[in-house]
Amino acid sequence: MRLTKRHSGDIVEGDMTPMIDMAFQLIAFFMLVVNFSDAEQDQRIKLPASELANPPQAPYDEPLTIHLTERGEFIFSGNLLPSLEDLRAALLRETQIVSRHLDKKLGDVTVIIRADENARTGIVQEVISMCQELKFERFALRGKKAEAPTIRSP
Amino acid sequence: MKIRHADRREQITLQMTPMIDIVFQLLIFFVFTFKIVLPEGDFNIRMPAASGESAEESETPVIRVRLRAGENRNLAAVELGDTPLTGDNPFGQLQARIRGMIDDSAGPGSSDQEVELDCDYDLRYRYVIQAITAITGYVDPTTNEQVKLIEKVRFAPTSQP
Repeated sequence: MRLTKRHSGDIVEGDMTPMIDMAFQLIAFFMLVVNFSDAEQDQRIKLPASELANPPQAPYDEPLTIHLTERGEFIFSGNLLPSLEDLRAALLRETQIVSRHLDKKLGDVTVIIRADENARTGIVQEVISMCQELKFERFALRGKKAEAPTIRSP
Repeated sequence: MKIRHADRREQITLQMTPMIDIVFQLLIFFVFTFKIVLPEGDFNIRMPAASGESAEESETPVIRVRLRAGENRNLAAVELGDTPLTGDNPFGQLQARIRGMIDDSAGPGSSDQEVELDCDYDLRYRYVIQAITAITGYVDPTTNEQVKLIEKVRFAPTSQP
């Protein structure tokens, strides 16, 4: 029997173009959605949920974010501050910067409080009263948006 | 003059492998660092100066809401004025009573009523946010829109445990 040999000289190459197109599109997507601007978010804090917690309509003029962990520690400007006195010192420096270098009053500064849902309420109140002593007036208690209502009708 | 022609029969093949390697590395980096950020929102409260001076005298008396902490720092009792709100859904009752109390005839959120929250020091913060939610508004189940109730909320002075 005579076997016919096929010509096997050509190298079969798959077309890579669609795969590279898709890979570039995915990279472009992830590069666009990667969120470096939201540095104020801190994953150590689990925010309380509320259906009324709406993102602010316009960005605050001078936001100042204080994080409060479940253990009662504070995170301010990326630094972990173990006590209220440390936070007071850090805030005092901040007030000096605001009053010297910015054309703003301390009353225009919004103090955003990102407290953990299991943090002690008394500590949140202490932070607020301390900020009041430093002449801050506007406060925003931050929560995460809940899809389902957290309050049931009686 | 004789011009030498280069041999054009040889095809230049680009090495795609290093590019694809890098592309996949980038892709894996972005896939792993990608995290879905949940939307966050604020409850704005304006509390100028020390809390004692902040209370502007208004015609309507301030509604006092007390939140008491119990075992394991959980909510033990809610009181609206002197009335204890019992049952397993105190915040629902609180919201219903607030809706009955305020005069929003000029439109939702028109009330200049003020609420003072008096919370126990050790209470878990999530109950405070629930109370503020119950006081400040609700989501209408039919229209799915937010209806505002009382927007002026402030804290009573802290009491150390």
